[in-house]
Amino acid sequence: MSAAIRWFWFASPQTFFPLAGRIALACWVLAALLAGAGLYVGFFVAPTDAQQGEAYRIIFIHVPAAWMSMFLYVVMAFWAALGLAFNTRLSSMMASAIAPTGALFTFVALWTGALWGRPTWGAYWVWDARLTSELILLFLYLGFMALQAAIDDPRRADRAGALLAIVGVVNVPIIYFSVQWWNTLHQGASVSLTRAPSMAATMLAGMLLMALAFWLYSIAASLTRVRCIIRERE
Amino acid sequence: MNWGGWSEFWAMGGYGFYVWGSYGVALACLALEIVFLRRRSREAKA
Repeated sequence: MSAAIRWFWFASPQTFFPLAGRIALACWVLAALLAGAGLYVGFFVAPTDAQQGEAYRIIFIHVPAAWMSMFLYVVMAFWAALGLAFNTRLSSMMASAIAPTGALFTFVALWTGALWGRPTWGAYWVWDARLTSELILLFLYLGFMALQAAIDDPRRADRAGALLAIVGVVNVPIIYFSVQWWNTLHQGASVSLTRAPSMAATMLAGMLLMALAFWLYSIAASLTRVRCIIRERE
Repeated sequence: MNWGGWSEFWAMGGYGFYVWGSYGVALACLALEIVFLRRRSREAKA
């Protein structure tokens, strides 16, 4: 069987259902192990920060959660657009399955940011471009979920949600580049693809382990949820 | 090793409220999502 045929084979909800279950289980286990390793490195290996003391340890959830909040939105919009363009049921179900987990990580990023901002900036919240655009991201996720919940016919709900998700995707680069485009209180990126990270290697290791853990958690949660949606709809 | 003992660990150099407030709420969010997912899976099966 050629690879292309196999992809279409798994595009059917019924054949994808057992595969999703197996992948989800593996991801739950791996996410727990990586989170354990990440927390160990974050609290017991990474040194105290010279400027921020122990308050900086919030970074190990704040940055991975913020990354996931943006990444999941792009993935959600991608599946929604695919469902809209090709009318594939599973694509739209994936978009609906990702939204709650994306909203959760957006909330976690905002919450941990507030608790980090207070000791370092002296304020829980400021109307800074980075913070404001991340708050808009939370509203986009919640709007997507509310819109889908408000429409009884699932196919119409998928199409309406997809339009909102696609329009909202412009917000993601705004969040990412906000620290360059505007003069923000929020600091610039500590990690980027184009230059060496401006942090200690053990701190970076803890952060990347937590990012991987959150990533696998998101896959596990989304696949578990898409299985529920398949059962409910089909 | 960063900490002299458990009390030092929980104090987080005076930032305990902020650090544990972050980790506590994040953990609670993930745990709640798992609880809701399990409930939804059970109901979808029925």
